[in-house]
Amino acid sequence: MQILSWLIPISLGLGGLGLLAFVWTLKTRQYDDPEGDARRILNPDWDDRPKP
Amino acid sequence: MALSLDAAATPAASACPACVAAPAAEAMARAARAGEGARILLSVPQAHCGACISTLEQGLEALPGVRSARLNLTLKRIAVDADPGLTAADLIPEVRRLGYAAHELDAGMLAGTDTDPTGRDLLMRLAVAGFAMMNVMLLSVAVWSGAEAATRDLFHWISGAIALPTVVFAGQPFFRSAWGVLRQGRANMDVPISIALILASGVSLYETIHSGRHAYFDATVMLAFFLLVGRYLDHRTRAAARSAAQELAALEVPRALKLEGGTEQLVPVAALVPGDRVRVLPGARVPADGIVAEGTSEIDRALLTGESLPAFAGPGTALAAGEVNLTGALVMTVTAAGRDTALSRIAELVAVAEAGRGRFRSISDRAVRFYTPFVHATAFLTFLGWFWSTSDLRLSLNIAAAVLIITCPCALGLAVPAVMTSASGRLFRRGLLIKDGTALERLAEVDAVVFDKTGTLTLGRPEAANLGAHPAGAVALAAGLARGSGHPLARALIEAAEAAGIVPAAVADLHEVPGYGVEGRAPDGRRVRFGRAAWAGAADEGAAGGLTAAWLGVEGEAARAFTFTDRLRPGAEELVATLRARGLRLALVSGDAEAPVRGLADRLGIDDWQAGALPADKVARVAALKAQGRRVLMVGDGLNDTAALAAAHVSISPASALDAARTAADVVLTGTSLAPVAEALATARRAVGLMRGNIVISNLYNLVAVPVAILGFATPLAAAIAMSTSSITVTLNALRLGR
Repeated sequence: MQILSWLIPISLGLGGLGLLAFVWTLKTRQYDDPEGDARRILNPDWDDRPKP
Repeated sequence: MALSLDAAATPAASACPACVAAPAAEAMARAARAGEGARILLSVPQAHCGACISTLEQGLEALPGVRSARLNLTLKRIAVDADPGLTAADLIPEVRRLGYAAHELDAGMLAGTDTDPTGRDLLMRLAVAGFAMMNVMLLSVAVWSGAEAATRDLFHWISGAIALPTVVFAGQPFFRSAWGVLRQGRANMDVPISIALILASGVSLYETIHSGRHAYFDATVMLAFFLLVGRYLDHRTRAAARSAAQELAALEVPRALKLEGGTEQLVPVAALVPGDRVRVLPGARVPADGIVAEGTSEIDRALLTGESLPAFAGPGTALAAGEVNLTGALVMTVTAAGRDTALSRIAELVAVAEAGRGRFRSISDRAVRFYTPFVHATAFLTFLGWFWSTSDLRLSLNIAAAVLIITCPCALGLAVPAVMTSASGRLFRRGLLIKDGTALERLAEVDAVVFDKTGTLTLGRPEAANLGAHPAGAVALAAGLARGSGHPLARALIEAAEAAGIVPAAVADLHEVPGYGVEGRAPDGRRVRFGRAAWAGAADEGAAGGLTAAWLGVEGEAARAFTFTDRLRPGAEELVATLRARGLRLALVSGDAEAPVRGLADRLGIDDWQAGALPADKVARVAALKAQGRRVLMVGDGLNDTAALAAAHVSISPASALDAARTAADVVLTGTSLAPVAEALATARRAVGLMRGNIVISNLYNLVAVPVAILGFATPLAAAIAMSTSSITVTLNALRLGR
């Protein structure tokens, strides 16, 4: 049962990490254009170097 | 959030480091930000693919003065950051060259729709509830599988530590709405939800403190999660419709050319006051009510009265806001502006009509009306029953809480929004915008359709009708003259002549006489005129048979009438045929003259038609059908249809309609074709069927679960299973509607 004192915080921490990641995507407006972003990833324009 | 948006939207205006030091730099930057060219929004309805993104963005960024361009494929909008001074008019030709149609959007009008703070707020609460639900469920599984004593208490405590803050945060939309209606002495769906959330949390906390066996933390957060999903879907549907409706409104950037002390100034229409002198250019919409002071022209009144024949306008003619100036530039004196214009005359009619419509009770309204008292009564009676038989307050409260949680309208909260989302998404992809939440349900009941003619069944664009009746030489001459004018009839004639392979004659001395027509000299030297009957020398106007006509007058010859009919809107014939085949009652009511209305009614096969109808006649027509117990769908686009649109059971207007008509309509057609209307009626019927089915499903679950809960056999596990399966079932059922 000692293992619980490790596992519970770990599972909560991982879940919290997921939540934080979601909050970050929300705050950085990554849901404004889901359709466009889905296509943009296939666009080869800036594959070699980042867009200035 | 708003701050970061502003920062992202306006690029750093000071490019050189030295500018930063200059005292005027900030003022300059502000001016650049406020300037015309700072941020331009274009609507590009045809953008649909990944290649469109790079074509449009790179094409626009290659233009001088454009700093960056970004296409939002979801909204089909390009946001362009450009140097001040650049306007949409500079960009639209480039977009057109790239192969896409583009319209300028009024950025100010769209300010709120980009961000959608309510949606993001709901999404945040949804995410927190989802996180809490997963973690609490993880712990609950251990309890369900038999964790005992200290372990169970520990798990309950951890669950509580996660669930209670979550309920406080994620439940706020429900608490707020419930509190709002309770203060007014009414009840809505959020009241039982809030009570269930609070009671379940309280009882669970109490049980945990006294190391009880059952805690409902998992059910509580799950309830909050599923209900938030429903709430978010509901919001998304409405926000999408609202933002698209706003985009339609933003398409008309309302400005007027005001004359002041000999100079022309471009001012917002809202800034006009009676007494102002305004120049109305050919092709422009009259910005306010007024009287022509100088100039002659022809005026297209179709949107206001439904007349397809342009009317003559000279000094002294009264103009109404919304009319379109066709040929010559006019100067008018404003007599009424803004809210006092022609709109207000109709507004009264609309208000009366809307009052007559009565409030429509949606399916979910009716379900809640039945549901709320039922849930509360059941839970309360359960509590009383158990307390009376056992005198155990803790046990009775526990069981009452279980009843509340199980009966809580979890699936009900999802049942209607899920169907609404999938139905309006499906219709949106077919070019229909559902503006009102209950419009789908009302569409499903329609059994009679009243159409307007000009601009609705027809495009309001003329088409040459009798080219074959004239010798090729006359047509060539008329086409040659027509080249001197931008009048819609002239355009239509040139198009028809081109299609017939007739080369326009070379006419010398070509000049337009605004309000009358075009004059010139034929190759043989004779004076020729193309335009109004009397001016072109026609002795008998009746020869055109009451149809719209332009006359060709050649010196020394009898004038010839070129007649025009209004071009049929694509899909109109199929729509009328489909609706008739489905057994709907059809009627055509138009403000236009008898001949064109009869012609169209015959062509489409509508027996029931009425010409020369005033706005009040249209309302009366709709009311008469209503009095026969019919549910009327009104399809119209003009100001003269507005009252009838509001009076009808449900209404549709095309995107080309006047703002007032679009506002009054429940559904807006975003494309040109009328064909989606039939699709909308069919989809609405299926959607309402699915909504009813969903409510039956969620009640079926209750039918099984409630007796179990009342008898005290409900465990947190049973509550969790009932809640999640019913929610998932109704969502899957809603998806059956298909894309």
